Amino acid sequence: MKQSIQNLAKKYDHQSTHLLQILREIQAIHHFVPEEAIDALVELLHIPRTRIISVIEFYSFLHLSPRGNYELLISDSITDHMSGKKELTHYLSKQLNVAVGSVREDGVVSLDNTSCTGLCDQGPAGLINGYPLTRLDRPRIDCIADLINQQKPLTEWPSELFQVNDNLIKSGLLLEHTIAPGEALKETFKRGLQETLAEINQSGLRGRGGAGYSTGWKWHLCYEGPEEDAFCDVDAQNQLQRYVICNADEGEPGTFKDRVLLNSFADQVFEGMTLCAVITGASKGFLYLRGEYLFLYDKLQSQLAERRQSGLLGNNILGQGFCFDIEICLGAGAYICGEESALIESLEGKPGIPRNRPPYPVTQGYLGKPTVVNNVETFLAATAIALHGGEWFAKIGTEKSKGSKILSICGDCTQPGIYEFPFGTNLKTILAECGADDVLGIQIGGPSGTFVSNQELDRTLAFEDLATGGSFIIFNSRRNILDIVHNFTHFFAHESCGFCTPCRVGTSLLAKQIDKIVEGHGSAGDVVALEELCQIIKKQSHCGLGQTAANPVLTTLERYPELYQSQLKKISYEPGFDLDGALETARRLANRNDAGAHLAQTDASGSLPIASFPPSLAVAEDHE
Amino acid sequence: MSKTITIDGKTIPFEEGQTIMDAASAAGVYIPHLCHHPDYSPHGSCKLCNVSVNGRICSSCTFPAMDGQTVLSDTHELNEDRRRITQMLFVEGNHLCPGCEKSGNCQLQAVGYHLNMLDNHFPHFYASREMDASHPDVLIDHNRCIFCTLCVRASQQADGKDVFAISGRGINKHLIVNSQSGLLKDTDFEATDNAAHICPTGAILAKRQGFRVPIGRRTYDHKEIDQVSLAESGYRPNTTLIAETEQSQYDE
Repeated sequence: MKQSIQNLAKKYDHQSTHLLQILREIQAIHHFVPEEAIDALVELLHIPRTRIISVIEFYSFLHLSPRGNYELLISDSITDHMSGKKELTHYLSKQLNVAVGSVREDGVVSLDNTSCTGLCDQGPAGLINGYPLTRLDRPRIDCIADLINQQKPLTEWPSELFQVNDNLIKSGLLLEHTIAPGEALKETFKRGLQETLAEINQSGLRGRGGAGYSTGWKWHLCYEGPEEDAFCDVDAQNQLQRYVICNADEGEPGTFKDRVLLNSFADQVFEGMTLCAVITGASKGFLYLRGEYLFLYDKLQSQLAERRQSGLLGNNILGQGFCFDIEICLGAGAYICGEESALIESLEGKPGIPRNRPPYPVTQGYLGKPTVVNNVETFLAATAIALHGGEWFAKIGTEKSKGSKILSICGDCTQPGIYEFPFGTNLKTILAECGADDVLGIQIGGPSGTFVSNQELDRTLAFEDLATGGSFIIFNSRRNILDIVHNFTHFFAHESCGFCTPCRVGTSLLAKQIDKIVEGHGSAGDVVALEELCQIIKKQSHCGLGQTAANPVLTTLERYPELYQSQLKKISYEPGFDLDGALETARRLANRNDAGAHLAQTDASGSLPIASFPPSLAVAEDHE
Repeated sequence: MSKTITIDGKTIPFEEGQTIMDAASAAGVYIPHLCHHPDYSPHGSCKLCNVSVNGRICSSCTFPAMDGQTVLSDTHELNEDRRRITQMLFVEGNHLCPGCEKSGNCQLQAVGYHLNMLDNHFPHFYASREMDASHPDVLIDHNRCIFCTLCVRASQQADGKDVFAISGRGINKHLIVNSQSGLLKDTDFEATDNAAHICPTGAILAKRQGFRVPIGRRTYDHKEIDQVSLAESGYRPNTTLIAETEQSQYDE
């Protein structure tokens, strides 16, 4: 093993910034990170073992103890649940004879849940050794179970199991026309760099990840660099290292647009990154690809190779003297890495913990250097703007939201997939387009966004009204809102990085509190307590994850207070656990199951506090 | 003219590069905190020191002071949230003050008193955490760790070592030490390390010191944490106070 670890470390130049990439490769070979490998890396990378362990224990796809040779993960996104995930997982678990969350005794297979895999338009979905399995149903599961039990290598599995479709249903401004590689760069050099930045400013393009920061301004700030460097001479300014990062860690449940953009429009994304580099003076770029999109990795690498061949990347881009190249780094199962400073930490080979700000990445980002972090769709749009000009883009959309938005639509509609709409489009139009009727509500912007009810369908897609990174999940009237909230709340508790107290403890408390209410143990004060907890998490948390983790509860509580109230018992206090359930061990030991061995939590009407001791113990009841 | 900010209406001067916490402490304004210590780089994780800066919530230990900022700190609303955050720390770990050697010297406990915390409010997690008593001179009781990373920073920044790190994610965060066995005895940690004396709770304790200072004569038994904390960060309102508080229990 030592030799293979040495080779790996060498492949990554013994750089501890590539620790996550190295650990990913070790995990892929051994299905965990063995002790020996950790020892070897301590020596080879000159880092303390605590650093290695803290990285392994942070990312969901890395493990200190062995997983199966087939690491099977089933997506836990709400849309997977809506298409029968629970029942299918149960079936799968039975067929493979392995419990969820464990490794089969023979070590061949392990089964677990994983956060949204970005395949909500073709779920229920899963991952096997990092590769996607789509449209799971019983026949497919039978097939998968057979292949695993025969221990067939993945390369011999039928390719349709891994088939990922684009499902690009509606193209608009950006997706209608393809741009040939190099076309926008040539136009940029012809027009001039500052002039092109002016076009991007004029376009009004705002970050497509959801936060909506002005793209042109971000590029400008990165070019300027930190304040202390602003007054140095032009040569020194040009020497300053800068970085361009494309954030392809789309982990927001219900989003999958970047998957499609990188599968079918990657050249245009890479071109956008290159444009940003020549404008800001960056010489190195990263595509941070979420671990779930491993299946795109080889294809993207060959596209980068082609671009180098055609002089669109490398030492002398299009003969203009600019140096820029792009490296692809993979994530390893951590939603928080979609937050830009956590993403930078992750790229530096550390746990993805959001940084304190200021300083912001534009002045001190990757390795402390000025860094632009933009969404996949932002770079795609920048390329189109560089070619067609700012006005072309700005004439579509609304006053504060120029251009179009690419949506990932899934859930209860006849045609889930990718849709591009001009900003300002109302929800009714979108729903009609994707074939959704009998709508109860829509989750816009994913769990961290807003739940919108069917009374609000005149609202529009725009930063002024409903901002979204692209997730658009439709629920019909047969869906239970509390099930949805339950799923989302547990998602945040699972994905909290744990850095700050309000989010680390608060999201777990919130999950407990929702469980209590959903399971029918809530009492009169519990909704008030729930809302108070939500407000603290929202107000006091360190980053966007914590600040939005309570949104599923808050946005539904605002719209359906009666729904929460109806779950509560009419007593002043209910313990958060099942009293009768707690007696189960005692009943087994005493070999009793008669009425007297049970304890009801309330009387039959549900209106009195705990007063129903078994008759044999009911001495105190008379006093009431 | 020197630059100033206002905290709760009080005008406070600051120097370029100071955080709001630095400026406040220097001016004798206490902002509750647990993960901050003036000797080490700020961390910004406990969130007790969150203040409102021009209407926006920021960690005062990491947010730079800038001319003209209007800071609110000692408000009813912020103190309510601070109390809730402290209660979160109490229910997350297993903090049983009456049985803890740190009682009376514990910042978590003292902050709880300062914020008028009368119960735990939230349901307990009853986390199953272990003890590491392997080291001859110092023990780690993981039940009391609040992940402030002060030991991590003290070991790196003052001791020139790398004994501690915080590992895990979310509610599964835990303190780990730098040895193959995972035990403190196999690290290069020594009882004289700064990291051995920095823990704000009873998670890292020197052995054989129990009750050397009796209950009732400990740091926070007679002083509120605000006075002690300001004195530690160099604020000098009167000299007697400093003389008393600088005498650490472990120096005896």
